Amino acid sequence: MEDSKVQLNRYQNRLASHDPPNNSPKYRATTNRHPKQPLVIIPQTLSEVTGPVYDYGQIEPTDSDLTCQHPAEPIGERIIVSGRLLDTEDRPIPNSLVEIWQANAAGRYAHRRDTHSAPLDRNFSGAGRMLTDKNGHFRFITIKPGAYPWDNHVNAWRPAHIHFSVFGQSFLTRLVTQMYFPNDPLLEFDPIFNAIEDNQSRQSLIAAFDLELTEPGWALGYRFDIVLRGRHATATGL
Amino acid sequence: MRFPTPFQTVGPFFSLLLSSERYCALLRKEQTPGQAVSVKGTIHDGVGQPVTDALIEIWQANSSGCCNHPEDPRTKEPNGTFGGFDRAHTDDRGSFVVETIKPGRVPGPNGKMQAPHLLLSLFARGLLTRLVTRIYFDDESSNTDDPILALVTPNRRPTLIATSVVPGSYRFEVVLQGPGETVFFNV
Ligand SMILES: [Fe+3]
Repeated sequence: MEDSKVQLNRYQNRLASHDPPNNSPKYRATTNRHPKQPLVIIPQTLSEVTGPVYDYGQIEPTDSDLTCQHPAEPIGERIIVSGRLLDTEDRPIPNSLVEIWQANAAGRYAHRRDTHSAPLDRNFSGAGRMLTDKNGHFRFITIKPGAYPWDNHVNAWRPAHIHFSVFGQSFLTRLVTQMYFPNDPLLEFDPIFNAIEDNQSRQSLIAAFDLELTEPGWALGYRFDIVLRGRHATATGL
Repeated sequence: MRFPTPFQTVGPFFSLLLSSERYCALLRKEQTPGQAVSVKGTIHDGVGQPVTDALIEIWQANSSGCCNHPEDPRTKEPNGTFGGFDRAHTDDRGSFVVETIKPGRVPGPNGKMQAPHLLLSLFARGLLTRLVTRIYFDDESSNTDDPILALVTPNRRPTLIATSVVPGSYRFEVVLQGPGETVFFNV
């Protein structure tokens, strides 16, 4: 059949040292949740090299400005978070969904399960989404999230972070991660950040303060590039 | 050459992201051709507790086995009636329901056809990366020569196969750890 002529550009493997292991005892919740059997290695098929890429529509400009989703501005330090979605070969990934969610300036999520005593902000929902442009760029306006306590160990605090979810061009490029802020004293104590073995990979989750992104008299700019799995140069048969 | 950005856990508070239904429910619509099926899944951890804060995502072919993506050479244009993607979060019992159509057969390695299957991504607090598995259907005779199931030791294959409850309705148990642990893939 005609399928036998089809060639697929398969994706490069992610290296174990670049990702945190699911068994990370210092992050207590991994104890009962990490699989103990080794992952079964399977070839990439058409099922995996495809994925949800089409523009499903209905993204509004206010979806990428978390400070104007309510009648008044949220409390907190207004910031710009901007970067590029790339692959490991430095190729931009255009027209791809980027979603973020975060705590408010006081370190509280607008979520029914967040029991932190910090105040909610009626003018901040904390969720945004946008598509990358043709050069892979994205840009969100939000407020700097606060640190918050959690029950992992005595006196445990999450460093300030923004959760990111990106799809890229296939099922295989799906990534959920967290962006941190430079010079945060809580980073060295955080078992989620420090679960990543490779230092360069760990540092890649810390946004860079960027004076060029900063808008005078208005908001500080942070740059955060996201790199997804690249593809092998040569295609192989289906 | 850059390093890929590492995974971090989705955490317990992602469902804000899902509060808008825009990127959910791109599966079955009234006009979608194919056999309507529903899969009720439940996720448990290594001590038998339901995982009540998981994000699950489905990716699948349509009833002809075509994927809604420009790299499927058989797909000429985006299919507006069947996106092939869905997203949900588990409820207070660790359960989720996928309402979709049974996918057709997608070509696999060396052009060998695969049995109908859904891809399942799993994210949760306590999972530092994404877990990937597949949902097959117990009433499909093609399971016996599926090239991916063949790579799994026979005694663990049942963890990948949803069981029919009544026609069109299936159950799928995910066990993250321990006896009956679901097969997760490195792909
Ligand atoms: Fe968080």
